[in-house]
Amino acid sequence: MSRFPLAASAVALALPAALPAWSGTDADLAEIRIQIQQLKSQYESRIRALEDRLKDAEAAAQAPAPAKASSSASLSAFNPAISAILGGTYSRLTRDPAGFGIAGFPAGGETGPGKRGFNLGESELVLSANADPHFAGKLTLAFTPENEIAVEEAYGQWVTAPFGLSPKFGRFLSGVGYLNEQHAHAWDFVDAPLAYQAFLGGQYANDGVQVRWLAPTEHFLELGAELGNGGNFPGTERGVNGAGSGAIHAHSGGDIGNDHGWRAGVSWLRTRAVDREGFSGKSGTAIADFVWKYAPNGNSRDTSFKLQGEYFQRRERGDTDASLDARASGWYLQGVYQFLPEWRVGARYDRLDPGLIDFRPKRSSLMVDYNPSEFSRIRLQFARSQTQPGAADNEVFLQYILSLGAHGAHKY
Amino acid sequence: MRSIIRSFLAGTALLATFGAHAALSIFATVPEWGALAEELGGDKVKVYVATNALQDPHRVEAKPSLIARARGADLVLATGAELEVGWLPLVVQQAANAKVRPGTAGYFEAAAQVPLLGKPTRLDRAEGDIHPGGDPHIQTDPRNIARVAAPLAQRLAELDPPNAAFYQARLARFNERWNAALAKWQKDAAPLKGAAVVVQHRAFTYLIAWLGMSEVAALEPKPGMEPTTAHLSQVLQTLERQPAKMVLRAAYQGDRASQWLAQRAKVNPVVLPFTVGGSEAAKDLFGLFDDTVQRLLKGLA
Repeated sequence: MSRFPLAASAVALALPAALPAWSGTDADLAEIRIQIQQLKSQYESRIRALEDRLKDAEAAAQAPAPAKASSSASLSAFNPAISAILGGTYSRLTRDPAGFGIAGFPAGGETGPGKRGFNLGESELVLSANADPHFAGKLTLAFTPENEIAVEEAYGQWVTAPFGLSPKFGRFLSGVGYLNEQHAHAWDFVDAPLAYQAFLGGQYANDGVQVRWLAPTEHFLELGAELGNGGNFPGTERGVNGAGSGAIHAHSGGDIGNDHGWRAGVSWLRTRAVDREGFSGKSGTAIADFVWKYAPNGNSRDTSFKLQGEYFQRRERGDTDASLDARASGWYLQGVYQFLPEWRVGARYDRLDPGLIDFRPKRSSLMVDYNPSEFSRIRLQFARSQTQPGAADNEVFLQYILSLGAHGAHKY
Repeated sequence: MRSIIRSFLAGTALLATFGAHAALSIFATVPEWGALAEELGGDKVKVYVATNALQDPHRVEAKPSLIARARGADLVLATGAELEVGWLPLVVQQAANAKVRPGTAGYFEAAAQVPLLGKPTRLDRAEGDIHPGGDPHIQTDPRNIARVAAPLAQRLAELDPPNAAFYQARLARFNERWNAALAKWQKDAAPLKGAAVVVQHRAFTYLIAWLGMSEVAALEPKPGMEPTTAHLSQVLQTLERQPAKMVLRAAYQGDRASQWLAQRAKVNPVVLPFTVGGSEAAKDLFGLFDDTVQRLLKGLA
């Protein structure tokens, strides 16, 4: 419907521009001159290209020709970009991880420091490609050490959407907060911040739809909204027809001179739980996040510094039992300093306030990692974690991360 | 309420049309193509350059500022050949600007316009961070700049037909000036022919080919890997057999490795601007090569 008036107005706009070209002989001449000039430059560039090809052919004739791709290439030519992430840890924990819990917070999702000893981390396989001129898709499979395959992300994107909109549909990591959208292998520490574990069960993924809108300004401003089935922690699977969860987020960011960059935002996630450890009711989580990055002249090859922090607040209201109403909060702050091209050190502090009880879980972590190239990382991390009353858990992790295949994206 | 929204939308649309007519908005990934777009487009284009000469173009992140600028761009002007593979696809995707997606008229790759050198014979990451299509640092040969200029002017004309003649005229004038400058650079640089050099990163393939110099060794053991003492010692041994005059590095690279070598072998460390803005004198494309040739000649002495 709307296409016709648009086309009509486009014609109306174009007409006055086209008319003067036919109104006088001078204009005709100019037009012809332009065309001749264009032809000339086209021929020049073609001749140059031919010369180059000749040169290449001469060079190729001297050098042995590289092996031609096999004939099956025609079938595999449209293969998506494939990359694989391999990871593993060696952990030493003073407290038995089987008894892990965060005092005052319901358990859900993936929490805790993982198993003791040698562990295969999650291996990730990522496939991505354009489906057609309008849609692109990405599939991220996680292979767990227990020999299970989990679909971490599987989403389509409408890439030619107008007005700066980016619609996404399927299963995807929610755009709330800062760290939530990053896959575990991109984190600066072995494990997720305590606040992510307590409030989002590690990371919040949605089966649903997301729409982002990027403001048409030189300053970065992005708004996003999501609807999902709400089956993931802090919500529960409830079998409703409509949307089980909703999220909105707003982010802004920019540069300060050549050396500094930042991004900050606020998000809100709303979902419901039924019979989650005895709780049934509404759950709303607000998140404020920021990240600030420094690199001399913006060149992060040799040295850089990154400071990031997020604050969470959750309000839950029971449907029938008002004694279950709770307001919990938590935050983390971390800094990572790259002091040599291949070496980084980092420190992180986690703090939670369950609200219902007086005990406040906390954790301090230190890490150092060595990055021989962009595609490999070896990390050593120490942490002192006090998530429950009693003795603190002293944790040591040694981790490796390798990325194979298609070049990963440098997400900010 | 509805009328307010309608007038707001109309206003935005009006602004957008005026904006498009005022100047072609160009998002250049690196300074050299930004400078070339300005040479060809003059005041008919508005150029935003995503990186500066002191940044390693391989290690850029998809920063919010870049995403915001790509959102309003009419043309994304990239090097290509996988130089920006780590960040540009993400920027273009997050910018939600269908006009500048690869494959459309709003996306231009400079490396696709020139014959690439240094195609790896073995495609394996064990060879380091290699670029499968060939060396993407094409801007170090001024003849490549001219090769990119003609198709770029044509693309500008395609995107902005009312100013087609303007771009063609600027191209003709640029080519004239460039050819004159090229003749001078080649004359000045004659003593450099045959000079043996060591490079930090294999980023000067085209410069070395243009001036007829020869590359003896690279300080990086593999492309993108940091120089190690073991490898530098090997380079030192190579230099005993095949002495080199100078060790070249780009302005964005640290000086530790080349200083280490310069202290132990008789080679002059030479910092090249590498792109526009890489040195005081490299204010534009002409200054870039004036300065590059001068610095090389000084290194030879």
